[in-house]
Amino acid sequence: MTDNPLRDPRDRRLPRIAGPSGMVLFGVTGDLSRKKIMPAIYDLANRGLLPPGFSLTGFARRDWADQDFAQIVHDSVKEHARTEFREEVWQQLAEGFRFVPGAFDDDHAFDQLRRTIEELDELRGTGGNHAFYLAIPPGFFGDVVGQLKEHGLATPGEGSWRRVVIEKPFGHDLASARELQAVLGEVFPSDSIFRIDHYLGKETVQNILAMRFANEMFEPIWNSNYVDHVQITMAEDIGIGGRAGYYDGIGAARDVIQNHLLQLLSLVAMEEPTSFDARALRIEKQKVLSSVTLPRRLDLTTARGQYVAGWQGGEEVVGFLEEEGIKRSSTTETFAAVTLNVETRRWAGVPFYLRTGKRLGRRVTEVAIVFKRAPHLPFADSATEELGQNALVIRIQPDEGVTLRFGSKVPGTAMEIRDVNMDFVYGGAFTESSPEAYERLILDVLLGDPPLFPRHEEVELSWKILDPILDYWAAQDEKGKSKPDPYESGGWGPASADAMLARDGRVWRRP
Amino acid sequence: MIELTNTNSAQIAAELQRARVRAGSPAMGMVMTLVIVVEEDDADGAMRAARAASHEHPARVLGVILGSARGAAEVNAQVGTGSGWTGETALIRLKGEVVKHPESVVLPLLLPDSPVAVWWPNHPPADPAADPLGKLAQRRITDAAAAARGKTTAIHTQCEVYTAGNTDLAWTRITPWRALLAAALDQQPLKVSHATVAAERISPSADLLAAWLSDRLKVDVDRKSSSGPGITEVVLDTKEGPIRISRPDGRLATFSSPDRPDRPVALKRRDLPELLAEELRRLDEDDVYAETARRLLKMGTKKK
Repeated sequence: MTDNPLRDPRDRRLPRIAGPSGMVLFGVTGDLSRKKIMPAIYDLANRGLLPPGFSLTGFARRDWADQDFAQIVHDSVKEHARTEFREEVWQQLAEGFRFVPGAFDDDHAFDQLRRTIEELDELRGTGGNHAFYLAIPPGFFGDVVGQLKEHGLATPGEGSWRRVVIEKPFGHDLASARELQAVLGEVFPSDSIFRIDHYLGKETVQNILAMRFANEMFEPIWNSNYVDHVQITMAEDIGIGGRAGYYDGIGAARDVIQNHLLQLLSLVAMEEPTSFDARALRIEKQKVLSSVTLPRRLDLTTARGQYVAGWQGGEEVVGFLEEEGIKRSSTTETFAAVTLNVETRRWAGVPFYLRTGKRLGRRVTEVAIVFKRAPHLPFADSATEELGQNALVIRIQPDEGVTLRFGSKVPGTAMEIRDVNMDFVYGGAFTESSPEAYERLILDVLLGDPPLFPRHEEVELSWKILDPILDYWAAQDEKGKSKPDPYESGGWGPASADAMLARDGRVWRRP
Repeated sequence: MIELTNTNSAQIAAELQRARVRAGSPAMGMVMTLVIVVEEDDADGAMRAARAASHEHPARVLGVILGSARGAAEVNAQVGTGSGWTGETALIRLKGEVVKHPESVVLPLLLPDSPVAVWWPNHPPADPAADPLGKLAQRRITDAAAAARGKTTAIHTQCEVYTAGNTDLAWTRITPWRALLAAALDQQPLKVSHATVAAERISPSADLLAAWLSDRLKVDVDRKSSSGPGITEVVLDTKEGPIRISRPDGRLATFSSPDRPDRPVALKRRDLPELLAEELRRLDEDDVYAETARRLLKMGTKKK
């Protein structure tokens, strides 16, 4: 848009507003749609970032009219939107709601969807630009994109675009990920497929790159000369809730490590990209992911567990095997910890420990860079007894920010050195409520701005890393050799995870 | 709020530090110092707006009330950290000779390294960059629309003395209009031959919007009077027909363009805290405002 005389790269007050477009939402009744997508769309409109005439079409097997759908969106916005509800913003959106009832195998319904979209182009000026958001189980992706293709919905007209948006899981191993890509790739070109990993929409995750590459003081020590090891943790305090059907057979490693934690790893470990455009970032991320290797002995360097009944945060909770819809013999893990090596000059000999679990002590996601001990301490042993290792902790959520942990003298006449924290709190230094990850990502889909979306190459590389571990665990199950270790709800995982680090002479941080 | 009478900068600084310790968190997350030069009657409202704005930009907010310059010098202050936000405030009343040297009171209270913004909610100095307090700041914020009278002259005066770092809330107010107009031409890259801005008879924002359009589009821009509120309509004429945004009620606009259906767009007039927050978001030079200011002056002389 360089030929727009009203635009000027120096004019940074002007926000990026999406061009004329609409979105078609499959799976309107799900949690994801009601709690995240619909509120994010309202919040974007409220911030003036949606184009005039933006339209949202719902598609589901419900006997609804347009108004019923509008009511659903209205309720979801009232309950979950981040910004205040304003009547005029609602009016702007409300005229653009449409609903198409039907099942995914219903040709008639997709015909009607096409007519609806064409009508929107006519009436609301959406210009033939439409994003199809598949907030549905991945088992239906094939049906839906097939229908989109068959009914001519997937092919954009001259000068317009069609995009498809999908959520994780992107397969359950390398083979299925490739299958999924084949299904999608047959209908949409790679750069029209937007995979949402909502972690990448978080300000703190984007800040990892800013912190590393906009500053001089971190990068010189960001290597194996100074870093002892890296811990990446994503802990949840909740159990599987009502998601037994989804979770059983998937487990913590597939659910979290394959996408969120490996994406975090690649941002922390990658080399400096030549620029911040999507291609340059992707090259560096792929480089890191392809240089990840597993230790030889998976029995000593991985751990898995299942929560058992106990008390979490003052509430009595049931164990995983007692959850509704879970077989008593299930070997699905709810806790997974793995050791990864990054075989590059920068990271040689620095293990990356990744762990995730449900029903742990509290909800927290963080990346901790733990530094080596000072080579020589000119203090008496008694003075440094309480001195640990320096650490730089990037807190992703909640309480976003950065903590630097280092030793400091305790006031008094004796020399005594103890660890202290230096904190940077995002919410303290910047806007009180930073935009939700979904706002950023949906806007990026409409703008066609891909840097924050993982491509299928990254997804496949992640599965290549994880598959041997999953196979090893499955083999253990089959031979009846070992099962996920039980761990008490409300703690920090099974003893085997602690033993895994103890073998290397290290301990997990208490996050 | 702690009252300090007959005090000085060192005591105010010490009290700010004590207040932080009392609040339980001696660490400072503040990113800037905001100095507000205000009159007694408007002090409350301005401090409230600044507090609201500093939710986005935690700041040390220093309100400075310049009293009568006669008599012996006296400095009084109210110091506090609010609950529910990370900033801190001091409202400083100056009387007597010290009124001529307010910078001597403010300078020791500036946060180390971080930027300084100064805001005159109603009576800006004729040349903000030459003002003793203005000199301390990277960002000098005036508000031509808040001048009691002579608003049109006020914006011209500010444009005449523009230097890097000056800005006026009349300019901030039109960002949503500008964003929408730019988006309109993104959608339909048509050649504009003429433009019209309709607004209240006296509206520095409308004058700036007209100047911006004229500067960017290189066309004549008519400035029409309407009964408001604020800016009510902008029309860009093209060969294919007009692109028109009309907002009769100050809230909801109608967006119409050639061969396209009319669409409603929320375009609410924003409050002071929002304007201030936008202004504090970027503290580098605003080149586009500089060019617009220059154009406004040229347009002004043409009319005469």
